[in-house]
Amino acid sequence: MAEIEVGRNILEANQTLAEALRKRFAAQGIKVLNLISSPGAGKTSVLEQTLRRLGGRLRCAVIEGDIQTDEDAQRVAACGVPAVQIQTQGACHLDGPMIGEALDALELEGLELLIIENVGNLVCPVDFDLGEDMKVAVLSVTEGDDKPSKYPALFRAAGVLLVNKIDLLPYIDCDLERIHATCRTLNPQQKVFDISCRTGEGLGDWVAWLESWVRG
Amino acid sequence: MHELSIAQSLLGIVLQEAGRHGANRVTKVAVKIGALASVVPSSLTFSFDLIKEGTPAADAVLEIERVPAMGICRACGVRMDMSGLVEACPDCGSKEIELSSGQELYVDHIEAE
Repeated sequence: MAEIEVGRNILEANQTLAEALRKRFAAQGIKVLNLISSPGAGKTSVLEQTLRRLGGRLRCAVIEGDIQTDEDAQRVAACGVPAVQIQTQGACHLDGPMIGEALDALELEGLELLIIENVGNLVCPVDFDLGEDMKVAVLSVTEGDDKPSKYPALFRAAGVLLVNKIDLLPYIDCDLERIHATCRTLNPQQKVFDISCRTGEGLGDWVAWLESWVRG
Repeated sequence: MHELSIAQSLLGIVLQEAGRHGANRVTKVAVKIGALASVVPSSLTFSFDLIKEGTPAADAVLEIERVPAMGICRACGVRMDMSGLVEACPDCGSKEIELSSGQELYVDHIEAE
């Protein structure tokens, strides 16, 4: 009987691949966002609004992750942006190998911004590095103001938080200030934008910030 | 939620290490999982036990050590429990608190023969 010291990260295979992807993106000058939220928070609407408002000022591409269907890729393609759909067939998150495969279907030359829309899930996607520069969390006010404290991992890891559907605030019991306060506690450096994809409120500020972040 | 894929990665590492050391039977697998790692120990054990059958790790017992979520104040250096929401350092009131442990997910050692 022998004890063998191991000391290896269980997710090392994904981590190694993610680091390789990160180097590849950096070498080509591509900034990468990993968009994460629960199902129905409005990730695809945020994408559509963001891409339309960027109006071609940045060369963008999108990788769409869903359990099934290519509806989201079609919505993004309708904005005039190349989109690749990954269907995970049940898997609750995207991982490095899926991104590596999706990249084969995209022209990376000259690209400035790649947005990866993860599978709708507040928990699992946080654990899988995709080689992104930053995670962006989308939280809709209809989900409730307790979500950041109940699912802290995402809100701690996200560099940007988009609080969506704020046009519905008059009709629901959601304390926007509580969301802000919890997220400030979890991640004091986080950039927060309160937005409505329906009315357009707050989207101008978000898109202006995004554009300067990509160029910066 | 993805404990099965984590168990597969875990088993892969265990079999690789056992093979590298010329062992043909693994009796124990010791892993460390942080309290904030979003991994449920009972689900991981269930998944691991399911997939270890027919491998050199078939008799291996999975021993999971939970690593508590701890933070350290960047201003005064005091350590604190981070399992709940910590708004400020209990000693100096600073809001600059760094997570020092709780996100671990690694194989510490195995026992094999």
